[in-house]
Amino acid sequence: MKHSPFSLLTFSLLLLAACTPAAPATLTVMTHDSFAISEDVIAAFEQANRVDVVFLPSGDAGEALNKAILSKNAPLADLFYGVDNTFLSRALEEDIFEPYQSPLLAAIPDEFELDPSHRALPVDFGDVCINYDKAWFAERGLPVPATLDDLLKPEYAGLLVVENPATSSPGLAFLLATIAKYGDPGYLDFWAALRDNGVTVVDGWNTAYYTNFSASSGHGPQPLVVSYASSPAAEFIFADPPVEESPTASILGPGACYRQIEFVGILSGTRNRALAEKFVDYMLDVTFQEDIPLQMFVYPVNASATLPPEFVRWAQVPEQPASLDPALVAAHRDEWIARWTETVFP
Amino acid sequence: MNRSALGHSAGSRWPALAVAALFFGVFFFYPLTRILLRGLDLAALDGPAFLLTGRVFLFTVYQALLSTLLTLLFGLPAAFLFARFDFPGRGFLRLLTALPFMLPTVVVAAGFNAWLGPRGWLNLALMRLFDLETPPLAFLGGLGAILVAHVFYNMTIVVRLAGNALAHLDPRLEQAARSLGADGRQVFWRLTLPLLIPSLLAASLLVFLFDFTSFGVVLLLGGPQFATLEVEIYRQAVHLFNLPLAAWLSLIQLVCTLLFSALYTRLAARAAVTVQPRSVPLHRPQTLAQRLFVLVLALLLFIFYFFPLFSTPFRSLTRLEADLGQRGRVEYGLTTDYYSELFVNRRGSLFYVPPVQALANSLGYAALTVLLSLAIGFPTAAALARPTRLARLLDPLLLLPLGASAVTLGLGYLLAFGRLLLSPWMVPLAHTMIALPFVIRTLQPALASIPDRLREAALVLGASPGDVRRRLDWPLVRRPVLSAAIFAFTVSLGEFGATALVSRPEYPTLPMAIYRFLSQPGGLNYGQAMAMAAILLLVTGAGILLIETLRLPGAGEF
Repeated sequence: MKHSPFSLLTFSLLLLAACTPAAPATLTVMTHDSFAISEDVIAAFEQANRVDVVFLPSGDAGEALNKAILSKNAPLADLFYGVDNTFLSRALEEDIFEPYQSPLLAAIPDEFELDPSHRALPVDFGDVCINYDKAWFAERGLPVPATLDDLLKPEYAGLLVVENPATSSPGLAFLLATIAKYGDPGYLDFWAALRDNGVTVVDGWNTAYYTNFSASSGHGPQPLVVSYASSPAAEFIFADPPVEESPTASILGPGACYRQIEFVGILSGTRNRALAEKFVDYMLDVTFQEDIPLQMFVYPVNASATLPPEFVRWAQVPEQPASLDPALVAAHRDEWIARWTETVFP
Repeated sequence: MNRSALGHSAGSRWPALAVAALFFGVFFFYPLTRILLRGLDLAALDGPAFLLTGRVFLFTVYQALLSTLLTLLFGLPAAFLFARFDFPGRGFLRLLTALPFMLPTVVVAAGFNAWLGPRGWLNLALMRLFDLETPPLAFLGGLGAILVAHVFYNMTIVVRLAGNALAHLDPRLEQAARSLGADGRQVFWRLTLPLLIPSLLAASLLVFLFDFTSFGVVLLLGGPQFATLEVEIYRQAVHLFNLPLAAWLSLIQLVCTLLFSALYTRLAARAAVTVQPRSVPLHRPQTLAQRLFVLVLALLLFIFYFFPLFSTPFRSLTRLEADLGQRGRVEYGLTTDYYSELFVNRRGSLFYVPPVQALANSLGYAALTVLLSLAIGFPTAAALARPTRLARLLDPLLLLPLGASAVTLGLGYLLAFGRLLLSPWMVPLAHTMIALPFVIRTLQPALASIPDRLREAALVLGASPGDVRRRLDWPLVRRPVLSAAIFAFTVSLGEFGATALVSRPEYPTLPMAIYRFLSQPGGLNYGQAMAMAAILLLVTGAGILLIETLRLPGAGEF
């Protein structure tokens, strides 16, 4: 038969695909694409516990959680890391996690423990804030806006780029900050005014930061961008050529930032419960926690973890970040986003 | 078996179709059915959902029609240019038009920005030249940007498909028409264009489907106020967790794809043209009009493609940073830092991507995709080349993967394959699934156009079936096979959606590496992303040249 070699090839490929077994000593961690950690930190855990840790990046934060929920009857992994406080209620409602009261929780301030049933354990936190281009404002002698209200002033017309809350996690966090500050439906008036003042909306953080923000290497048109309070530290660390000070900083006024907390949980139905518990403990312990800042540019929740000096110097922590009750967010998120869309794109 | 060299006889048609059906069944219909069954819930379709569906659908069709028309408008003259004229730089220019096809949208957006953005080369040059304070040109945005990017991406489809047909049109037809007194215009409108219609239809359909299911371009370049069906599916499924609405929109997109494909099949069946083995020789432009045509068009194409594409490599070698904290003027400087930095795992990250490994992975996947998609696609195209009832029924189904939402399919893979997704084999298989519709669509018209008479005559004259294959079939199908191989190669190299869908972090590809760099702030990250993008450009260009030079000797064995 003329075609048989090709059919054979296809079948053997299929067969090969089917023959990749999950070795018994493998711990799989499903996570979002931004997850990063040092090689030696994971190697230490693997050696101590004679296990292979496999990470499964599954898209952005929302997409990864969605995949974990869809596959909950036949979980792809033993743990899921990366659900944040805006999505937490959904993960808990769908019941994808098994409870685990880690002894390490004692080292973590209570403000981060949003799930009293201990199914989702806090790992890190970060603040979504507006970053500004220091040089841009200095050159023009324009004061940097200090509060959300300032953004509506005519002198800041057309200077801000934000992410669409329907497709971006920092975009959603910033929308929630405005809801925390102005209430519902007050936030819609704020956004209508911001729209009239020429706010630019793009789909996600990549575009906002690298295409639109003037202080990034993309050299875009807007000197104000919704990003993270830790981004100035990254601008310092990854500067080329090296710089003496970060070219950006964050607007930290009361309620101008929104706090995101990320959680880890043991997926229901895992066959490696004991190992999964060990890994959760490891994630909350000092070694892993101290590795977090320079890998993911967020803060460790463990109070005993020491921060790297660049972080202390250039990453700022707002004193009064906004936050909303996760249950309230879960109940209204879709409706808030829908009405935001109607307001900003009439 | 002995009668036919290309599998046109009824006996050999079945195995080919069975393999293709099995492949599409396992990697397309099964996962898709799983997710649609899980999500479809008619109760979710209330008034607002219908309104949204209607608005999104209308915009999707509107922008796809506009984009396709524009692509044809520019693509047809370009196809003529490459198929008929020999001029200096022809090969390079042709390569340029093929390059965007495999570049991730984020790189194309960065390229346009580095060229036309407020600190882009053009604005910087104009500001320096005329001593301006502010950038004189505003970066493209909105519908204009969507249309430009669609033409930028898809013109190569028209150039390749219509160009192949043009190159094989029997020159005697035109000579005959001219000797009968037809002028150039008459030859074009009454002879050449009608003969081109099947390939133009094929090209338009592919272009339309790409524009119809456009995702990255609309999301990244158009801005959030624009949504095609594909973008809305992504928003609903991934961010709003509205699986029922996403499933419903996916179904609409699929049904539309099926309708367009069926329409195409009907139209194309009426307009099959016989090609001939010798291709029309290229000639230098002779008359003034021809010289002007070649010069102006080549220049336009060069500007349209070169600057957005090569702003990225330029950028990867240039520092555009200012002195500390004061960017009154932009400092320029050449640097290779971004490249040397690619080889350093500065932060000891577990997810560090060594560039050589990403390159090797990307090339490995692409080679497998070319082999697999030709192995499955060629016999299938041959089997479908004769328009039987069965072929007419199956034909539109083959294009469905182009119309399937990548997001929906990704979720379907999750349900259908579970832990099998962890296998590295899933990546080339998923790429093959995406490349197959192109491969089949490119090969099928070519195979259909070979008259059986030629083959029978050769056999009667004493040629062995092997001779027929080597000396008759192969010269006739060589170009389409090359085109198909290049499509498969580039689809695989640039594909990010499916790679992300089934990727393994141990086997990162170049597009994945680019995304990784772009997901964190900092000049070094941006520079490295541009450097990786430059490598992707270079490799893709080299790959295309290599395939064209090698002329795939192995493919003669099919």
